[in-house]
Amino acid sequence: MRLARVAYAGAIHAAQPEQRPDGRPGLRLSDGRTVAEDEVVWLPPVEAGTIVALGLKYAARARELAFGATEEPLVFLKGPGTLIGHRGCTRRPADASFMHYECELAVIIGRTARAVSRAAALQHVAGYSIANDYAVRDYLENWYRPNLRAKNRDGATALGPWLVEAADIGDPGNLGLRTFVNGKLTQQGNTRDMITDIPTLIEYLSSFMTLSAGDLILTGTPEGVTNVAVGDEVVCEIDGLGSLRNTIVADSAFG
Amino acid sequence: MRLTPPVAVPMDVPPYGLSGTVYGALLNHRSALEALGEAVNRAPYLGAPRAPVLYIKPHNTLAASGDPVSVPPEVPELEIGANLGLVLGRAASRVAERDAFGYVAGYLIVNDVSVPHASCYRPAIRSKARDGFCPLGPRVVPRSAVADPDAVSIRIYVDGVLRQTASTAQLLRPAARLLAEVSDFMTLAPGDVLALGAAAPAPRVRAGQLVRIEIDPIGRLENRFVGGSA
Repeated sequence: MRLARVAYAGAIHAAQPEQRPDGRPGLRLSDGRTVAEDEVVWLPPVEAGTIVALGLKYAARARELAFGATEEPLVFLKGPGTLIGHRGCTRRPADASFMHYECELAVIIGRTARAVSRAAALQHVAGYSIANDYAVRDYLENWYRPNLRAKNRDGATALGPWLVEAADIGDPGNLGLRTFVNGKLTQQGNTRDMITDIPTLIEYLSSFMTLSAGDLILTGTPEGVTNVAVGDEVVCEIDGLGSLRNTIVADSAFG
Repeated sequence: MRLTPPVAVPMDVPPYGLSGTVYGALLNHRSALEALGEAVNRAPYLGAPRAPVLYIKPHNTLAASGDPVSVPPEVPELEIGANLGLVLGRAASRVAERDAFGYVAGYLIVNDVSVPHASCYRPAIRSKARDGFCPLGPRVVPRSAVADPDAVSIRIYVDGVLRQTASTAQLLRPAARLLAEVSDFMTLAPGDVLALGAAAPAPRVRAGQLVRIEIDPIGRLENRFVGGSA
């Protein structure tokens, strides 16, 4: 099942994708109404608790950045204000020279996980979604890197379009990922190339911190990140999860 | 498992009324940056921080005054980071320094507990984000209860012995300036906490010891450190 959260006609609704009678993609709201997908405001599919993100999780990307595979996973945290939903807009600061998308598989925890084994880890997953975890490299500093100013900006982590329940995804360790900028393929990878697979990540994280329902793990991005410009439409796709659209906007949109 | 969105996350953690998100500023107390000495100019840092160095204490770390804090079996000692914490009353986005206190509802004490770690190069999640590693409280006092937040004395007692005295007068970025700079790129929500910075050297404690942090206008945050994980 695919579960979205949208705003429509003055209220927030749970919604599921459903084809409309005219063949266009639509959404069925929890109250029975069916609406077109561009008539709603898409919200992140979960009200996230803790947002854990991984850096350098793909072998080729780690090589790009000269990161040793034997080191401990590079983990950082994000605050809830960084999340926006499908079809949202992300701000590109005027003074940034290099801002890039990062298409990532997002794991949504469904059940408390504390010191879980690798073998049992996936039982704690509610589902999966697509994240586009933007970075502004100009603001990277070598203190708690990647620092929040580079990776935790308002609205700079798109999540969606929906949560796909874990039962509907056979093997999260074999999903193709792709990013298109203005329709052109710019990033391509597969979750099988992750340095640390999802069960191992959950085992690792839950060995020192309790994960709860609604917590997110953003599992890192493969190589192929490129600079984006104001007006660009960035679409991240993951097999079985759909595609997440985001538009880059200028400072001027924010007054 | 059947999941009904939106997934509700319990946020009514003690003390009541907080959002559950705690941000903190590392190296914002003059003594903390000075403790690094010339190392700030060498690899991997290659220069003192330009923007505030922030960390997040996620909701699994939050604890109330009186809660025990577990010392992981593999580490002999933990560090105590005593902070004055701002509690946001309104959403703060790109606020000007002169307006910053208008966004503050009140104050509390934040104990940023860490597994000692020498390097500040990578985010110290495994050192700082363990369960119960952020006692807060003992209550949120209103903004009016703290006459001058830039001259607040913070004391740490371990088993009743005074181990550290610090003042917010030594913050490199005082409260208003820190809030202005942080809110320039991320909005702080009502109920969010911003810990202003802990002094160095951080007192270290072992299992069995009782830690008390005192900030006069707020009160005492007291937690016993205990062995093992329950």
